[in-house]
Amino acid sequence: MSVMEGRTTSALLYLDGVHVSFDGFHAINNLSLTLEPGEMRAIIGPNGAGKTTMMDIITGKTKPDEGTVLFDGMTDLTRLDETRIAELGIGRKFQKPTVFESQTIEDNLLLALNVDHSVKGTLFWRGSRDEAERIDRVLETIRLTDARYRLAGSLSHGQKQWLEIGMLLAQDPKLLLVDEPVAGMTDVETHQTAELLKEINKEKTVMVVEHDMTFVRELGVKVTCLHEGTVLAEGTIDQVSSNERVIEVYLGR
Amino acid sequence: MTPHFLTRSLDRSASIFILVVAGLGVLIPLSNLLLPAGSMFQVPTYLVALFGKYACYAILALSIDLIWGYCGILSLGHGAFFALGGYAMGMYLMRQIGSRGVYGNPVLPDFMVFLNYPSLPWYWYGFDMFWFAALMVLVVPGLLAFCFGWLAFRSRVTGVYLSIITQAMTYALLLAFFRNDFGFGGNNGLTDFKDILGFNVQADGTRAALFLLSCLALIITFLICRAVVTSKLGKVLIAIRDAESRTRFLGYRVESYKLFVFTLSACMAGVAGALYVPQVGIINPGEFAPGNSIEAVIWVAVGGRGTLVGAALGAVVVNYAKTVFTSGPLAPYWLFMLGALFILVTLLLPKGIIGTFNAWWEGRKARQVAANAESAAREDGIGEPRAAE
Ligand SMILES: Nc1ncnc2c1ncn2[C@@H]1O[C@H](COP(=O)(O)OP(=O)(O)OP(=O)(O)O)[C@@H](O)[C@H]1O
Ligand SMILES: [Mg+2]
Repeated sequence: MSVMEGRTTSALLYLDGVHVSFDGFHAINNLSLTLEPGEMRAIIGPNGAGKTTMMDIITGKTKPDEGTVLFDGMTDLTRLDETRIAELGIGRKFQKPTVFESQTIEDNLLLALNVDHSVKGTLFWRGSRDEAERIDRVLETIRLTDARYRLAGSLSHGQKQWLEIGMLLAQDPKLLLVDEPVAGMTDVETHQTAELLKEINKEKTVMVVEHDMTFVRELGVKVTCLHEGTVLAEGTIDQVSSNERVIEVYLGR
Repeated sequence: MTPHFLTRSLDRSASIFILVVAGLGVLIPLSNLLLPAGSMFQVPTYLVALFGKYACYAILALSIDLIWGYCGILSLGHGAFFALGGYAMGMYLMRQIGSRGVYGNPVLPDFMVFLNYPSLPWYWYGFDMFWFAALMVLVVPGLLAFCFGWLAFRSRVTGVYLSIITQAMTYALLLAFFRNDFGFGGNNGLTDFKDILGFNVQADGTRAALFLLSCLALIITFLICRAVVTSKLGKVLIAIRDAESRTRFLGYRVESYKLFVFTLSACMAGVAGALYVPQVGIINPGEFAPGNSIEAVIWVAVGGRGTLVGAALGAVVVNYAKTVFTSGPLAPYWLFMLGALFILVTLLLPKGIIGTFNAWWEGRKARQVAANAESAAREDGIGEPRAAE
């Protein structure tokens, strides 16, 4: 049973006591974290801290060995597969930008739209005005209107990052998991991305993983620092960056 | 299916393909039947049967391109679906022989009398009726593909592992059909057909009609494939081919999509086999040989994976080469040549014949557009200020 009796938490995302090990290597150790509806959270942590693995767990790619992962207080995500979790309204941008390279920008967004995803639905699909307008809006937001008929594979690294964020927008999920969105971007693009995420956060709950501290500071949201698969510190960026243990893991590497 | 559903999928190369196949489908039988034998333009009957075989191979190639070229499923066992369709048709043709067999048994085919079968096995029931056999041509390969795909795709077997188990599947069927007690004529298979729907299978008219039907089936298969790959479902298939897990995270049930195209593709291969058997006059377990399936994949690679037209063209080109070589002194070396061809195409023409042609054509068009824009700019004098900068 994936739906529990009644709500147990007000959080949109609730992780408690999660453990994952790969061949005896403990990638996630007793990880507990909650995200309130409408919140934006920045996740930082050194390489190998388990940030991406945490997203893998939330989106059903990796099954935890132990622990609770609840979405919307009711749904046990550990029992569902990737497709089901995406249908529930959790969207994800990957660390390495993953777009459909041999298809146009427009088609990438069309594929991402949260419309009927069944075999029958796509076989007999005929575009609607509403869908076309949604795609136009997303294209404008991610500033790729002029490139709409270009193949996604021809985009620069930074543009691919934006296209993938655009796909998230088209998907229109309740919770967005964004893994390293500004890697490979110029300062201006980084700033624009921060603005875009803040805009998105007006309607949606967002979790952002990022190493770029200027960017995290610009977001101005609560920060969680992970280390060796567990939460090391949580608070404002100033609190976290002045935390002794955090300084230790970042400098002691 | 609305007309829109079909017309959307017709671009220029598709229209040319259909016109050529339809033209050949009509002209070759006409020339065979109407012109006097020995005339320069008369296509002899043995060539009509040979071209009919090529048309069936082209259908098989299309079915492979649909799953491999567009969805990344490399089946090395598609010959099995082809052979099953062939056996379903062969069973109908066997039952049409009736009491004209060597042993004169009105119900049992010769091999059953020879092997002392007391009565017709249950799974031969109904094959005396054409409609039933025609249905089985689709249902048997389709059902096998559905069950096989359901198990494989749900357990997320992909890539090389999937290719290996499809080989194992066709090999297992090869062994089963070789057995005399399996009830399909053992290693001799089914042959000595007399007539189909009341027409003599050897007659020129029947051969011409079968050729025409094969061309028609090729066109219909092509139209279905085009409709599928140009629909939104086609975009999902390409997405699965290029980034399967990304597609799942967008909320697509990847295994359902794979199951759909795999089953559809197997039905097409079955139709190809069913049309093939009356034209070659025999179906035996050799058709299940793993090598056959691999050869069919090579046709697609040579013609151009993911282009449909290329797959059909590859089937014809490679088989024509095979016909030429295996009838000459080079016959023993055909397999080496096929292997060499595959390696050469992989190294020199990774997109295949049509894929390479398309890339060249697109490039030429793009250069033309750029050149036009440049000369237009020069005439408008837009080029000047730039030079002054
Ligand atoms: N499928 C896997 N099999 C084995 N080990 C894995 C697997 N996935 C992750 N790991 C290991 O788990 C640890 C955490 O990896 P993860 O990718 O979550 O780190 P991260 O915090 O995202 O790091 P980065 O900042 O470099 O992206 C790493 O040591 C990694 O090697
Ligand atoms: Mg990571």
